[in-house]
Amino acid sequence: MSLEIIVNGESRTIPPLSVLDYLRSLEIDPSRVAVELNLDILPKGAYATTRLNQGDRLEIVHFVGGG
Amino acid sequence: MSQQTSDKLVIGEREFTSRLMVGTGKYASMEQMVRAIEVSGAEVITVAVRRVNISDRSKESLLDHIDLKKYTLLPNTAGCYTADDAIRTCRLAREAGLSDFVKLEVLGDEKTLFPDNEELLKAAAVLVKEGFTVLPYTSDDPIVCKKLEDIGCAAVMPLGAPIGSGLGIRNPYNIRIIMDTVKVPVIVDAGVGTASDAAIAMELGCDGVLMNTGIAGARDPIAMAEAMNLAVRAGRLAYLAGRIPKKLYATASSPIEGTIS
Repeated sequence: MSLEIIVNGESRTIPPLSVLDYLRSLEIDPSRVAVELNLDILPKGAYATTRLNQGDRLEIVHFVGGG
Repeated sequence: MSQQTSDKLVIGEREFTSRLMVGTGKYASMEQMVRAIEVSGAEVITVAVRRVNISDRSKESLLDHIDLKKYTLLPNTAGCYTADDAIRTCRLAREAGLSDFVKLEVLGDEKTLFPDNEELLKAAAVLVKEGFTVLPYTSDDPIVCKKLEDIGCAAVMPLGAPIGSGLGIRNPYNIRIIMDTVKVPVIVDAGVGTASDAAIAMELGCDGVLMNTGIAGARDPIAMAEAMNLAVRAGRLAYLAGRIPKKLYATASSPIEGTIS
């Protein structure tokens, strides 16, 4: 079984995963990013226990150079 | 203790020795950025919040290069044109950085990058209620600055000139009126092109200066970072020292008595 989600504006097909496992699959260090799930901030402590669902909209952001 | 060491900049609950805040954008390399920030003496550095590139993970991470024990991160909401987008960005920034400091900017126009003060005030009100320490980038408008202070912003950051323009402090009189109008720190943000611009802002009595392009865009960013460090300190000292009044005619520095005849 797989599900379709929108990640940073792009459509992705992924196996059922927790947010933490999904970040790991992308080789993203969870301590260095912030995640918004369906427009709500997902606290870091909830990454492991939050499972992604069909149609979820995920934003994964980090800090870049800026003024 | 000399005035130099006791003269601290207090924003919210934090205290800073340096009155220069610098950005992290537009550098040729991470190494150059790190060195420029170090030489600038800044303790507060701005960063932007952007989507992680999920397709290409090869790019290095900014935070790998910044010592978070040494610097206070000031995430910005650059590129936001509505209060809602700016609020979302601040919430993400707090979660990513675990600090409540934000440089709030809500832009009104792509060409001038001037603030949309109506949206700015809306966003500031929400963010202050959510416990953020809000440093808003705003027009050099004393009325807007007063409203931002009344909302509970920890400082106000009027522009000296458009972002990245290097035009300097275009309206020093407005900046002075802003300083008379609000009690929170006044930090000139944007427009500084060279060291004298930063010194002028500080001589006016501003509490600090924030810049990015002025340093990163210089031919030699490291040397300019040092120039800005010195200019901000020189301008602050001159302000504290109290300049002489301007006069149209000369006043002799040497005694008039005892000249040979």
